[in-house]
Amino acid sequence: MATTPAPLRRIAALLLVVLAGVLASTARADLVISKADRRVDLTSHIVRVLASLKVENVGPDPVSQVLLAFPNIQAKNLAAIRAFGSEGKVKGQSTVLPIEVVQPSGAPPELTFFSALLPKPLEKGKTLYLDVLTVFTHSLQPFPEEITQAEAQLVVYQDSAHYLSPYPVKAQTLAIRLPGGRVESYTRHPNAKLVDSELKYGPFHDLPPFSYLPVIVHFENNNPFAVAKEVIREIEISHWGNVQITEHYNIAHGGARLKGEFSRIDYQSRPYVRGVSSFRHLIAKLPPRAHSIYYRDEIGNISTSHLWSDSMKTQLEIEPRFPLFGGWQTTFTVGYGLPLKDFVFYSDGKRFLNITFGSPLEEILIEKLIVKVVLPEGSKDIEVSAPFPTQQRQEVKYSHLDIVGRPVVVLEKPDVIPEHNLYFQVYYKFNNISLLREPLMLITGFFLLFVACIVYMRTDMSISKSSPSYLAKLQWDEVQATVQKIQGIFEQCLAVHDKLEASLRDLSRTGDIQSCKAARKAADAQFKELSKDLKPLLTILQSSPQSYQIWPKVEDLIAKEREMQEKLMTRHSTVVDSFEKKLRGQDVENRIALQQQKIAALRQEVESLLEYISEI
Amino acid sequence: MPEPQSSVASSGSVDRLRNAFGGVLCTFTLLLIGVLAFSIRLFSVIKYESVIHEFDPYFNYRVTQFLSKNGIYEFWNWFDDRTWYPLGRVIGGTVYPGLTLTAGTIWWLLNSLNIPLSVETVCVFTAPIFSVNASWATYLLTKETKGPGAGLMAATILAMVPSYISRSVAGSYDNEAVAIFALIFTFYLYVKTLNTGSLFYATLNALSYFYMVCSWGGYTFIINLIPMHVLLCIVTGRYSSRLYIAYAPLIVLGTLLAALVPVVGFNAVMTSEHFASFLVFIILHVVALVYYIKGLLTPRLFKVAMTFVITVGLAVCFAAAAILVALIASSPTKGWSGRSLSLLDPTYASKYIPIIASVSEHQPPTWPSYFMDINVLAFLVPAGIISCFLPLSDASSFLVLYLVTSVYFSGVMVRLMLVLAPAACILSGIALSEAFGVLTRSMKFQRPTLDDVSSTAGDGSSDTPTNSEMVSKEKPSKKNRKKDRDSEGSSPVDHRTEEKLLVLPCGPSAVGIMLLIILSGFYVVHCVWAAAEAYSAPSIVLTSRSHDGFHVFDDFREAYGWLRHNTDVDDKVASWWDYGYQTTAMANKTVIVDNNTWNNTHIATVGTAMASPEKAAWEIFNSLDVKYVLVIFGGLIGYPSDDINKFLWMVRIGGSVFPQIKEADYLKDGNYRVDTHGTSTMLNSLMYKLCYYRFVETDGKGFDRVRRYEIGKKHFKLTHFEEVFTTHHWMVRIYKLKPQKNRVRGKLKFKPSSKTSSMRKTGGKKSPWQ
Repeated sequence: MATTPAPLRRIAALLLVVLAGVLASTARADLVISKADRRVDLTSHIVRVLASLKVENVGPDPVSQVLLAFPNIQAKNLAAIRAFGSEGKVKGQSTVLPIEVVQPSGAPPELTFFSALLPKPLEKGKTLYLDVLTVFTHSLQPFPEEITQAEAQLVVYQDSAHYLSPYPVKAQTLAIRLPGGRVESYTRHPNAKLVDSELKYGPFHDLPPFSYLPVIVHFENNNPFAVAKEVIREIEISHWGNVQITEHYNIAHGGARLKGEFSRIDYQSRPYVRGVSSFRHLIAKLPPRAHSIYYRDEIGNISTSHLWSDSMKTQLEIEPRFPLFGGWQTTFTVGYGLPLKDFVFYSDGKRFLNITFGSPLEEILIEKLIVKVVLPEGSKDIEVSAPFPTQQRQEVKYSHLDIVGRPVVVLEKPDVIPEHNLYFQVYYKFNNISLLREPLMLITGFFLLFVACIVYMRTDMSISKSSPSYLAKLQWDEVQATVQKIQGIFEQCLAVHDKLEASLRDLSRTGDIQSCKAARKAADAQFKELSKDLKPLLTILQSSPQSYQIWPKVEDLIAKEREMQEKLMTRHSTVVDSFEKKLRGQDVENRIALQQQKIAALRQEVESLLEYISEI
Repeated sequence: MPEPQSSVASSGSVDRLRNAFGGVLCTFTLLLIGVLAFSIRLFSVIKYESVIHEFDPYFNYRVTQFLSKNGIYEFWNWFDDRTWYPLGRVIGGTVYPGLTLTAGTIWWLLNSLNIPLSVETVCVFTAPIFSVNASWATYLLTKETKGPGAGLMAATILAMVPSYISRSVAGSYDNEAVAIFALIFTFYLYVKTLNTGSLFYATLNALSYFYMVCSWGGYTFIINLIPMHVLLCIVTGRYSSRLYIAYAPLIVLGTLLAALVPVVGFNAVMTSEHFASFLVFIILHVVALVYYIKGLLTPRLFKVAMTFVITVGLAVCFAAAAILVALIASSPTKGWSGRSLSLLDPTYASKYIPIIASVSEHQPPTWPSYFMDINVLAFLVPAGIISCFLPLSDASSFLVLYLVTSVYFSGVMVRLMLVLAPAACILSGIALSEAFGVLTRSMKFQRPTLDDVSSTAGDGSSDTPTNSEMVSKEKPSKKNRKKDRDSEGSSPVDHRTEEKLLVLPCGPSAVGIMLLIILSGFYVVHCVWAAAEAYSAPSIVLTSRSHDGFHVFDDFREAYGWLRHNTDVDDKVASWWDYGYQTTAMANKTVIVDNNTWNNTHIATVGTAMASPEKAAWEIFNSLDVKYVLVIFGGLIGYPSDDINKFLWMVRIGGSVFPQIKEADYLKDGNYRVDTHGTSTMLNSLMYKLCYYRFVETDGKGFDRVRRYEIGKKHFKLTHFEEVFTTHHWMVRIYKLKPQKNRVRGKLKFKPSSKTSSMRKTGGKKSPWQ
């Protein structure tokens, strides 16, 4: 007992005093536990105790409840308790029994009582097989509380070798499963023996109610003491087909604190010796078909993780940024998407989400779990059904383009262990039409934007109709219109030129001088008309102050066109002349060759000028 | 004409359609340029992750977080006590708030629309968004000078210029990202005002200048370049009322607005960087007055008046100049800040301010870095300059001046390559656009001669050309249009009749176009490569690809994460100043010095501590209330920019303030050696010990993979420090100062212990913090 820390010893003493008082009082009912086998599992930092009880009713009256007693010191660490009962000679089909906290009259305040309610009262002389599973947290105390990097972690567990019960116990045993490795010490007892990694106490026979025999085990346990101070698990339902889960963890190593320095060279060269008490990864079992999994913290992605998936599950091995030694902590976020049809169902006009409550991480103790279920915007009639009591409240979350916000159901529960990974349901009503609201909103928004643009472009928004810039704009418009007209006229001119050329070609083919002369006359008339049309336009253009850029070009254009026209005319007359004089074709060609070239060049210039003007 | 001759009305409608089509095409192209500019910067997010990069961005990110959490008024009054311990820093008054306010506004807008993006996401994508804006601003500026074709070309080039990408990849949340946009936009508005003479644009220009002042210290470039241009215009006889409107409101409004920014304040009127603008302001008014009087007086009278005014004016000028010179000379740095001085005199920093010289981005660039950062633009720029001179307008002279000055500045500091990049892009855009214009035009004008031949030789009526003619006509025109689309329309400005006759033959011009396309292709390939490989690494995560796969070195965040969660919230962490911003932002710890190198003495203190032996260093750190010391060590994996390689700056900066640190003590053959040839001062310095503590145990020899030799002193113990954390690849090592009581050893009785304490006191006199 020398190694037992002081507080434990004090508690044990206290309990003994208490129990002495209780022993005097009579038993609650005429029940007798004829056999009690307890198995304590100490392999992880969550302590699981399975008590198999054989309860007999020896009294005259039927009994409808069985009392289970725990010292307060244990009860405050109790995370879960479940009882399964089956009646009959042999163990048969067992049923889950409802359990509630009771405070029987005359019971000592140092004990907490739970009552397992039987589905039907236990008749006189009948036997009941009762399996009670209790799970305790924070029951393994690290001792020493601070270790160096190289040391293994030693913990102390304390329990009673006798089954603490308000009923007499005829025969009982206690088996404690240890994780293996060194056992520093355990409470010696004639009935105790340590075989491999299992410590056995008992059998004990015929013990009165409230027997208590404290035992203490001090042993090595290097399993990860992963304790999450707080986990926020957000489940967001999107009826577009996704359930998005985001889990924020704040994890610490809850074991013996690291003392002194952390040497990487020691850790790297012999990780299982120097750093045996630390843990470097955690395993998360995600549902099958989980997708878009990410793992990050507030400063970015954490690149150390591995993922395996098959049709049954998705297994994610996450490694924090650094190995966690005792007392070290870290935070991270894990997120993943799940297919909607696996988790949201429809029945009786209501939809319901059916998903597990706890975290997917294995063997993790969560001191405070907050589950937030974010329902789609417009959900109504929200109800929650959870398999264990939780604190509930409702919030509103504003997410993408929400107007009224999404209803959020918040469930809060302290001390959550893997045993709490049970399904819970959130029922709600949701109309599928609401799905279209946000797309429609976007469409409307963009539509209005474009309409506004069109309206802005089409209307005259200038405030003052006499401002210089407005006038300048008007003038500019006018100039543009004029320039376009001028362009049209020049194009007509060019067309006339083409006609003249065509007539010359006809001449060379048919020798019909008369028609050629007629064409010439028509062209002359057209040119005259066009130049008449051009004149007012030019005066407008010249007078406009906005045309300073274009005016020289237009002037240039006119000059070039004139020149071209003249050249064409002379060529035309030369050709006609030579035909009249019946000159040889070769001579004609020679006479006009030079002109031809000039005309071609001029035409090119005119065309490029026209193009330039049209670009303005 | 491609379109058949038709009536006036129909040809008009065709033209309108063509204009509308051109407008839509232009808008669409701009949109695509925006998409290009944005998406080419996403390589970092795709290859790595959406995370803030490097050093300064972490500070900006932290400030933005503060702003989004506490609001604008708290931001202005923010006194940050988690940095420069124990001095602290007035953040609100010493940052350029433009970037922070921009990102904060975007975040606020998105959140008020219920789009729940985190501050980090907004910060990561601010730079790509603003590079989109910068490309559009480039389009506007170039269009204002050389037409929309050159504008689109320049915008395309800028969207992917490596120099700009290096500062604006997603996650590079730095001032330059928005400042380049502000710079180009201010120039655009200046040129626009210069072209239109509109007071409206002048006001916008002042506002844009204000935004630039808010964003980056480089605003002094604007406030010196624009006066230079104004002066150039006056000297070359290009004074006009438009010039006056472009300049005078900018100076008056701009200076007033600039003085509103806390970090600038009265500097806007009191430092020499701004004096040039005021001088030109006065000159401009004198010139304006002269022109006015010239209009009033007859030429003869004007001459008389001129001589009179000049004599008086010169006298006044001399007096003013004398006063100015006296004022400037009275201030120690002659009124110039150190960084500006090092711009004027490239050797200034290395002579007097080692802290400026120690920053790698303040070094002069090498030739390869020009090729890396602007690639083929370096060859296109001269062509652009030539085309700016044909014809020389106010706007094009501005571009030339911008280019010339920025080339000089980029030659002084590699960081200012960023200012050169837009100028190079604009001029290359002009050059390419002109080249495409000339070549496509000369291909186009091959056609009319062919046409003529065919029309003279052909038979039948020419009004309705035969099918084959149609095809032969349509084909080249289509091709031309396509080329036009490539170059986005030939610029019409210098569409001279003379040039048209100087058309190139068809073959060579086709070859020329092909060559230009190949050249552009090279540029695109280089840019994509630079964006994907060279500039996308966030530098806080390193990756390497070796024969046995892909390795990620995430040591920095491992260490910062450890510091964040496993040390007390008020612990002080000492490290070299490079890691200050990251430590405050990622580890949320108080630091002694950070990347805002405002206090040379403080940095020198840390440098001295790192360069001192263990005990002296302990005393310095202890006097600064430091609990942890963080060093970066690359020797295990071969990460070259570690603290041993930065050690020379610690020694130099430390030595520049505290004379007990002598650089010569650390040098062996002119090198900082840490092998057996290293000096004992070097091998006993704190930095050496912290880096190589127990390093020899990794391979038994202590082979340093950065320096490529075995270390000098292999086995030693730490007396005043203890290792508390080393990351997976040993890149970051964190040590804790041992508590004081541990230092009293073994059998020391009262007397000797008092002796040690007195020794400590005498030692403390040497220590700068006593």
